[in-house]
Amino acid sequence: MPPAIRVENLSKHYRLGETHARSVRDLVNTAASRLFGRGSHSEQKNGAATGGTLPEKNASDFWALKDVSFEVQPGEVVGIIGRNGAGKSTLLKILSQIVAPTTGRIELHGRVASLLEVGTGFHPELTGRENVYLNGTILGMTKAQVRRRFDEIVAFADVDTFIDTPVKRYSSGMTVRLAFAVAAYLESEILVIDEVLAVGDVEFQRKCLGRMQSVSASGRTVLFVSHNMPSVRALTSRSIVLSHGKTLYNGLTPEAIDRYVDENAITRSQFTSVADLDRPFEGLSGELRFESLEMESTSPQTEGATVVFRMGVRNHRMVGDFVVGLTIFRHDESPVGSVFSGAVSAPMVNECVEYGFRLPTQQLAPGRYRCAISLADARSQGRRLLDSLSEVLPFEIEPGPLQSLDWPAIWGPLRFPEMQPIPVATDNDPRQSHLLTATK
Amino acid sequence: MSTAELSPLPINPNVAHAPSTPSPVITVIEPPRGWLRLNLGEVWRYRDLLFLLIWRDLSARYRQSVVGFGWAFIKPIVSVLTFDVVFGRMAKLESDGFPYPLFALAALIPWTYFSSTLSSVSSSVVGASGMLTKVYFPRLILPLASLGAGLADLAIQLAILAGMMAWFGYAPGWTLLLLPLLVLYTVAVSLAFGLWLTALNVRYRDVGHAVPFVLQTWMWLSPIVYSSSMVPDNWRPLYALNPLVGVIEGFRWCLLGAIPPNAVSFVSSLVMMLVILVGGLIFFRRQEATFADII
Repeated sequence: MPPAIRVENLSKHYRLGETHARSVRDLVNTAASRLFGRGSHSEQKNGAATGGTLPEKNASDFWALKDVSFEVQPGEVVGIIGRNGAGKSTLLKILSQIVAPTTGRIELHGRVASLLEVGTGFHPELTGRENVYLNGTILGMTKAQVRRRFDEIVAFADVDTFIDTPVKRYSSGMTVRLAFAVAAYLESEILVIDEVLAVGDVEFQRKCLGRMQSVSASGRTVLFVSHNMPSVRALTSRSIVLSHGKTLYNGLTPEAIDRYVDENAITRSQFTSVADLDRPFEGLSGELRFESLEMESTSPQTEGATVVFRMGVRNHRMVGDFVVGLTIFRHDESPVGSVFSGAVSAPMVNECVEYGFRLPTQQLAPGRYRCAISLADARSQGRRLLDSLSEVLPFEIEPGPLQSLDWPAIWGPLRFPEMQPIPVATDNDPRQSHLLTATK
Repeated sequence: MSTAELSPLPINPNVAHAPSTPSPVITVIEPPRGWLRLNLGEVWRYRDLLFLLIWRDLSARYRQSVVGFGWAFIKPIVSVLTFDVVFGRMAKLESDGFPYPLFALAALIPWTYFSSTLSSVSSSVVGASGMLTKVYFPRLILPLASLGAGLADLAIQLAILAGMMAWFGYAPGWTLLLLPLLVLYTVAVSLAFGLWLTALNVRYRDVGHAVPFVLQTWMWLSPIVYSSSMVPDNWRPLYALNPLVGVIEGFRWCLLGAIPPNAVSFVSSLVMMLVILVGGLIFFRRQEATFADII
């Protein structure tokens, strides 16, 4: 049986600046050089179109994908993970035939339905019923196929009383439900899904995941792109990690997630000083800034131990107190919890002071964790942010000597203190009467 | 509810009621190459989408409007009356012996179709950028849908003309039988120019600004308010290169029984149109692979 998807040496090249309309002078130059069969413009342009050699040194050249190859067997559910800009979306767009590859080749055995967005082509003035037909045919179904599935789609979306109301009167949740329902009933052997589950309420997300699992159980091939590591873990057995347009890893999902997390850690540690790290968002006042940030110990900590970190903070022009806020994340990026400090007095202006804090890690289950940390003005009740860093302070918790049991991820990130039996006053239950007497 | 209904056998996407023998569809994705990749069969496979897009344009157009479809009547009637007052009564332009409103409307029908679809066609791909970057379908569907939606207005205007002809006591002759061919010709002319403008508009948004201005000039270069018999003879060969001349003369002849279009100039219009249309199709299909990259 041939693989459902075979990707061979796929590359996609962009010339930055060409995304916008080129100038008329450029156009005339290209036309002239084409006419006379020479000139750098025509060479670059034709090179891009026919897969010839391309000048790689040019700063405006950008390879969104470079020599990516992989195969997916029929019935497999494969995750595609990677940072923003790693090439995930480009790969999906080429697989969906939205953009053409620069070089390489893809063979798809079976019909492909790709879902890069829910509700493509929805028109707000049209009713739910009309939009179901429209959206279905946009996604490649015929009208007859939509008609056959119509009742199931409406039932799945749970909007039957509003099916003849214009979609502009729908709540956003209803619109998303209806849109996803259409996609869920596409008839195809290969399903390519981008991060579309990030929309919709939790209940509906669960329903969609269930539906997708039943899709793959029926022998369909699914390619699933997500930033949400827990859902990649839940849905896929194999994953491909992309990094800077290349395949970093192709194998079992747990290992792939580790590689993805490690890759992030490596790119982070390349920076010599946290002062130069990219901030996760704009609008930080910068009156106080992190100067250094490190764990006291880099070796794994035993479960139940506390973890100490040190942070150097430089005062640029702030007067008064600040508070520290810290969120702990599991290595699949699900948040565990947050902690805040009390008011701390800031260093003198232009001075740097090192502070040490103890993290509340006593209840953390074995696993790998990272933190996001922020400094806020104490007078603003923590609302006015001075500086912030994410994906810092990695640490690992090991099982203690008495707890040799593995801790699977689905048990959650916390081990609560051991449960203690409490006395229950039930006279006619002989099994519990001894508890009563014991506590009396 | 969901698993039980999943069909275990693949259903052929191309035929609605195909036998469900599992003959796998094989798609090969490669860099675009070659000159002639028209692949019009693919457009035919997506005809359901074409009709639904036409229908979406039409049915969404007049929603939440009090006058509704009345607008499709009001607009042509008001412009014909304006033309009658300004050019027929004040400027007293020659109208080949027909009442001026009939003379003007017979020309306005193809012209309105051409000018309004040219605007909507040239913005059809850019306007659908949301769809374009998320779903694959033959991009040719988008300009075709705009052309199809314009036909509804054309039909309404023909009905208005029929009413006016009855009012003025004119009956159409046998030439009316040629109407479908002339409508097809008008659609082809609009598509020919539309394809070039659509593909260019994706890369150079200047097109969107140029189209209204070009159309304004074009209108005066076409025999709409005046009769083409007013054009000096030595200018006629050049004048006839405008495909709209053949279209409009054809409509007047077919609907009102006016003098038939000059055979030579009609054929030169036709050849001109075919060259632009075939060139436009090739250009569009070559460009569409890059639409999503540069839109």
